[in-house]
Amino acid sequence: MIEDIELETLINDIYEYYGFDFGSYSRASLKRRVNRIYQLDGFKNFYEFLSKVRYDPEYYKNMIDEITVNVTEMFRDPAFYKVVRNEILPQLAPKPFIRLWHAGCSTGEEVYSMAIMLREAGLLHKSIIYATDINSKVLETAKKGIFPLRMMKEYSENYRDSGGQEDFSSYYIANYGIAKFNEELAEKMVFSQHNLVSDNSFNEFDFILCRNVLIYFDNNLQKRVINLFDESLSILGFLALGTKETIKYSISTTKYKQLEKEKVWRKIK
Amino acid sequence: MAEDKINAKCKLVIIGGSAGSLNALMQILPELSVLNSFALVIVLHRRGTDDMTLEELIKIKTEVPVKIIEDKEPLLPGFLYVAPSNYHLLFEKNETISLDTSEKVNYSRPSIDVSFESAAEIYGDSLVGILLSGSNSDGTEGLKMIQKAGGIIIVQDPESADMPFMPNNAIVHTTPDYILNTDEILKFIISINS
Repeated sequence: MIEDIELETLINDIYEYYGFDFGSYSRASLKRRVNRIYQLDGFKNFYEFLSKVRYDPEYYKNMIDEITVNVTEMFRDPAFYKVVRNEILPQLAPKPFIRLWHAGCSTGEEVYSMAIMLREAGLLHKSIIYATDINSKVLETAKKGIFPLRMMKEYSENYRDSGGQEDFSSYYIANYGIAKFNEELAEKMVFSQHNLVSDNSFNEFDFILCRNVLIYFDNNLQKRVINLFDESLSILGFLALGTKETIKYSISTTKYKQLEKEKVWRKIK
Repeated sequence: MAEDKINAKCKLVIIGGSAGSLNALMQILPELSVLNSFALVIVLHRRGTDDMTLEELIKIKTEVPVKIIEDKEPLLPGFLYVAPSNYHLLFEKNETISLDTSEKVNYSRPSIDVSFESAAEIYGDSLVGILLSGSNSDGTEGLKMIQKAGGIIIVQDPESADMPFMPNNAIVHTTPDYILNTDEILKFIISINS
């Protein structure tokens, strides 16, 4: 197990050598993630680990991929997607053009889920989905739209629980253990690297999704990111977070109206 | 028993359980009404869906106020918290709760080991860890960490557990401060709550 002071040293070194700032990440989960890789890679002591990170950029890159959490799934929390389908998309439908931002999209499963929803609502042709992540490796996966075939049973159940009525398997082609999603779904997706810690707003959006990303940040960084979303959201736009995330510690909630039980807030002024 | 030693400083009681542990909790929780100086956190293996059945059930069964956990929720004495399904539950230095969706540990999310280890780091000797019934080895490593950090560890008497595997595993691999049946666990909690 690494000590608190060692973790702080690592955070400082990563910033100094690579410019990446973990300083406002939640210490509890960051420490777990760093411990995990420290033990997996069998270092003899912390200083051996530290110099590997400092002087081996390839190792550093791998380490970042390992310590950032990239667990995701299609139609994650079907009840949420049901609300998207039945309440949010109908409100956005009259707009001539719909701009979405999926922040922290990881390998893209939720981005493809959204594209399916938009397509079924007849809105995909006039939508654009910006999908961003800090991790360039996951974005490469997301661009391809290729997911493990073994997951499709669960995803197809999620899809149905979210109110989907089509044949889910019509959205992909199965081949050698992989499911390749129809390219038509990806036509309206723009993938790019964006760091919520340091980058700014880059457009105005009608719907921002950032699900299970803020849980890895401390209160201050959560505040920064929620305010970044606030700047990037049009009036009457929607902000969706993970099922256990909230804006209430970050911004005056009088600007937002929460959609009943869901972690979705509508900007009202 | 050593209650006198701990009752003044116990800030957190954390209970972990798997199969059969709900039964044990249903014997303990209805007898508790006010927690004076510590928070009670319950980490149970539960179905992966985002439902609130467990929270609702516990709310009905106890007078202790139940807080529905959101990320970065402050952990306050007097309240009962239930680890949400599909998230690991962690503790921060500023006494808030963090959630984490990383890989399952011991086939479980929430994992008892993950929460016990994190609580041990933050609460040290102001912590009591209790492991209940279950048929999985989760919890044992976490109990070790709690003990190492100076906390008290209690394991449900396997004889009184619906599923003795989990408490047995803990008894074999750790040296619990107490091995208690549900009635005695209740008495212990009441005794440190004076």
